Amino acid sequence: MSALEVVDLAKSFGGLHVIHGISFAVMPGERRLILGPNGAGKTTLFNLIAGDLNPSAGKIVLAGEDISSLPSHRRAACGIGRTFQILTLFANETLIRNVMLAALGRSPSRWRPYRSMEADGELRDFAMTILKKVHLDHISKRQVSETSYGERRRLEIAMALAQKPSLLLLDEPLAGLSREERKSVESLLNELPRELTILMIEHDMDVALAFAERIALLHNGKLLVDGTRDEVISDRRTREAYLAQ
Amino acid sequence: MTKAFTLVALAIALVLPAILPGEFYTGIATQVLVFGLFATSVNILAGLGGMVSLGHAGFLGAAAYCYAILVATYGVGSIAAAFLTLLFGAGIAALFGLVALRTRGLSFLMITLALGQIVWGVAFRYTSLTNGDNGINLPAEALLASTPTARYYLCLAVLVIVLACLFVFMASPLGVSLKGVRDQPRRMSTLGYNTWAIRYVAYIISGVVAALAGILYVQIFQFISPHAMSLTASSEGVLMVISGGIGTLFGPVLGAGIVVLLKNVASAYTDRWPTLLGLIFLFIILVMPDGLLPGLRRMVRRAITAFSSYRGRSYSNTSQEAH
Repeated sequence: MSALEVVDLAKSFGGLHVIHGISFAVMPGERRLILGPNGAGKTTLFNLIAGDLNPSAGKIVLAGEDISSLPSHRRAACGIGRTFQILTLFANETLIRNVMLAALGRSPSRWRPYRSMEADGELRDFAMTILKKVHLDHISKRQVSETSYGERRRLEIAMALAQKPSLLLLDEPLAGLSREERKSVESLLNELPRELTILMIEHDMDVALAFAERIALLHNGKLLVDGTRDEVISDRRTREAYLAQ
Repeated sequence: MTKAFTLVALAIALVLPAILPGEFYTGIATQVLVFGLFATSVNILAGLGGMVSLGHAGFLGAAAYCYAILVATYGVGSIAAAFLTLLFGAGIAALFGLVALRTRGLSFLMITLALGQIVWGVAFRYTSLTNGDNGINLPAEALLASTPTARYYLCLAVLVIVLACLFVFMASPLGVSLKGVRDQPRRMSTLGYNTWAIRYVAYIISGVVAALAGILYVQIFQFISPHAMSLTASSEGVLMVISGGIGTLFGPVLGAGIVVLLKNVASAYTDRWPTLLGLIFLFIILVMPDGLLPGLRRMVRRAITAFSSYRGRSYSNTSQEAH
């Protein structure tokens, strides 16, 4: 059974058709790269899968369950975690509190109106484990506003991991990073558990191609090429639509 | 420092009726507590949830009417009436929340304004129940406390309990989630939080606290009329929160103190007290944009830092001279 299946997915904003009947399947544990030039519909596709947008047509199936009509918080409960191209962190909170808040999202104790979140030792330990995974444990008590851009990118990934997702959507995790920071995030991506299915949008071709097992190339909202890394790279349409740019 | 400030403020509040020159001033201090509670209810929505309401006095007024009608018209006991009024406040907030929370931002502001005006209209026009513009007088035996000093301590106890509960709530997972929904609603939804439900719970809690303020309002004035739920009253609630320090625990109470004192004390000396109020707000917004309490806190911190560095310098000078 596929970890994720997208069937005839379409999205229009009024008369503007952004996604045209896209279909593809992602197997459990697969690393899938979503490629395409600006305006191809990559982030819209992520927003549709994560539930930020409702599809105009088609369906999204997660591990055999149709989640097309579920709101984004229910999809998160089903196991979808994501990072954002534009950082959406809680800037006035510490790193550990950001991760604790992310970890609470799937826990029933998120509704508790008493007892401090800080007092939850189990939650705190779990958050520290996640921060250790992304090598941010040494600055866990630092405010997000006092961290570097690269550290914030890693925190984005940490927050998504804290949700214990089965499917992780990474939207340009290397965007805006220096060469050193890129290396650090790249090694972090390679350390992610193999059982985790990952869909990634990325323009840094060196990192992206080394990471991906299969690639889906979008162009003008349509799925142009879908296949293994070598198949897609050697395809004439890939060069014309994307690599030539 | 916060703990010391809280203890000092509480100690002053406890001995205040003994220090104040007469019942008139005890009455004003009681008003500060009641409007501080009302401002706290506005703060739960605006400060913690990022939802600025322009109809919040509707909850205060509706609760005050509910209590007054129950005890004055139907002869219900004052304690039972207070409990029934709290239930009524929760019910009306649950109902209004279903309408208001379909929107955000400016639309939320306008919807809450409209809801507040509906409540005001009902109080004004449904004369057979509310006595219209003449309002309802409350007999002295229908009050929860008989003397002005007892009423002061009743209001103080309620405010302290509510602030203590709010302090716990703000640090709890639900309180932190509410602030998260205020700052990053999209992220919170992706993390698995039902942002609408969190805002709805906050709306009901805020409505109940406003209803509590309504019960106390009718205790101290022994009278309720549509004026209590006017747009001006709702706007004053928002001003109290913004001037005192939005999102802080004690800021709204401080803001309520400024407004109530200016209304009651400054108005005795000048007819132009609203101008004075406007100038004070202008000053606060320009000098301390995040409110009086955070502004004062910052000033105190700066003063402490400057004093410590001055002491450090003078100590090193003395040591050098000794060598």
